[in-house]
Amino acid sequence: MQPLLSENLGARRLGRAGFLGLLGAGVATLFYGKQISSVTSAVTKPIADATGINSIVPSSGWRIYTVAATMPTFDPATWRLRIDGLVRRPVELSYDALLALPKAEQVSTFHCVTGWTVTGVRWGGVRFHDLLAAAQPLPQAHAAHLVSAEIPYDDYLDLHQVALPDAMLAYEMDGQPLPQEHGAPVRVVIPDMYGYKNVKWVNRITLVPRQDLGYWEKLGYDVNAWVGRSNGYG
Amino acid sequence: MADAATSRPAARRGRAPRPGYVRRFTLTERLLHWVHASAFFVLLGSGLVLYLPALSTAVARRALIKDIHFWTGISWAGALLLIVLAGNRAALLRTVREIDLFDRDDRRFLRGRTGSPQGRFNAGQKVNAIITAAFAVLFFVSGLLLWLGERNTDIRLGGTIFLHDALMYVSVVIVIGHLYLALINRSTRHALRGIALGTVREDWARAHHAKWLPLATDDGTRTRQTDTHARGVGNPHDTSDELTV
Repeated sequence: MQPLLSENLGARRLGRAGFLGLLGAGVATLFYGKQISSVTSAVTKPIADATGINSIVPSSGWRIYTVAATMPTFDPATWRLRIDGLVRRPVELSYDALLALPKAEQVSTFHCVTGWTVTGVRWGGVRFHDLLAAAQPLPQAHAAHLVSAEIPYDDYLDLHQVALPDAMLAYEMDGQPLPQEHGAPVRVVIPDMYGYKNVKWVNRITLVPRQDLGYWEKLGYDVNAWVGRSNGYG
Repeated sequence: MADAATSRPAARRGRAPRPGYVRRFTLTERLLHWVHASAFFVLLGSGLVLYLPALSTAVARRALIKDIHFWTGISWAGALLLIVLAGNRAALLRTVREIDLFDRDDRRFLRGRTGSPQGRFNAGQKVNAIITAAFAVLFFVSGLLLWLGERNTDIRLGGTIFLHDALMYVSVVIVIGHLYLALINRSTRHALRGIALGTVREDWARAHHAKWLPLATDDGTRTRQTDTHARGVGNPHDTSDELTV
């Protein structure tokens, strides 16, 4: 083929180099995205905190989703966890009383239904049977209604699900008290289910006869959000 | 496709431009543009509903929105492939070659000297096309990985969603700039006619794409024998003596 005009003006084939360079950078991001997002979040997090757009700014692999305009705040002096419903003895636990219960620790993977995953999260907290023991559940109780201080967020787990060996009410994350954006002071951790079942800012657990629809399930999400299976696979 | 290759008889070519107008884009190019643009906005809208809690709450019906997002992505990729296979591939190849090459004027343009004479695509449009093509591939690959990650979370790579999101953020910024130049900016918005109808005013082409106009033919993309036409159009880089087809 004969040359075009542009080839006679010092033309260079920069287009394909740019195209292939972008593809290479994209593929590298697939594998190193977590490290890249840690760097970018150092820049974007202060902006996100100031502007309240936390839900769209990645932070070390985590994305913080909220449904209310502001996140609940935590005051250890006044905070209480109420356990009631189908129990013999409704109880209210202070933060200190919660910390006094037998402590469980685990390292597990957190999967979000929107497609991101954080591996190797170190959780510390209380297993549900230790937590519920003080309230003495009645035989007709088959599910727990988990109510968040982030109104109107709530969800349900049946008592077999909360009894899973790696399900807990966590108050520590990666060796530190649970940060506000992760549900301080306590959140549900159930690694086998997507994050929306891992209710944050829990301040009330009501035992009920059966599971009902939680916040996202009323909006069409799967009631039992087993990782993989709730998308129809696995 | 209606835009026949230039080797076909003139009678079978696309309609000749009106007097005072020149053909800038083939039907194949225009279809690729509009399929890509329409799919982008459907994918952006459905993706944001899946991604932003505020929109998820307002719209709900995650399963339906996810299906819309997924099948739009599949249809978009399939339609682009079909247009390339059934369209004017020879003209497309020439377009790819045009976009690949950056001459001295293009490089001056990118350094801010936007008065440098430009070909059918100015250097900014070439950069936009390159980014759009690379992003299309990366959007498709990362989207497919997200879909596969639902089947098997072992396939969830650390950066899949970060890449998919980052592509979206950058694309939105680029599209805003693109829409500004195509719809609002007075001196460039005539380009919209070119991508909609295929033809642009000759005087506009002379002002914005001085190095292309002398080469323009009825199919809009091909260099024509110009040792007479290319002279005298005020092109400071007139090198028509070197031009051949």
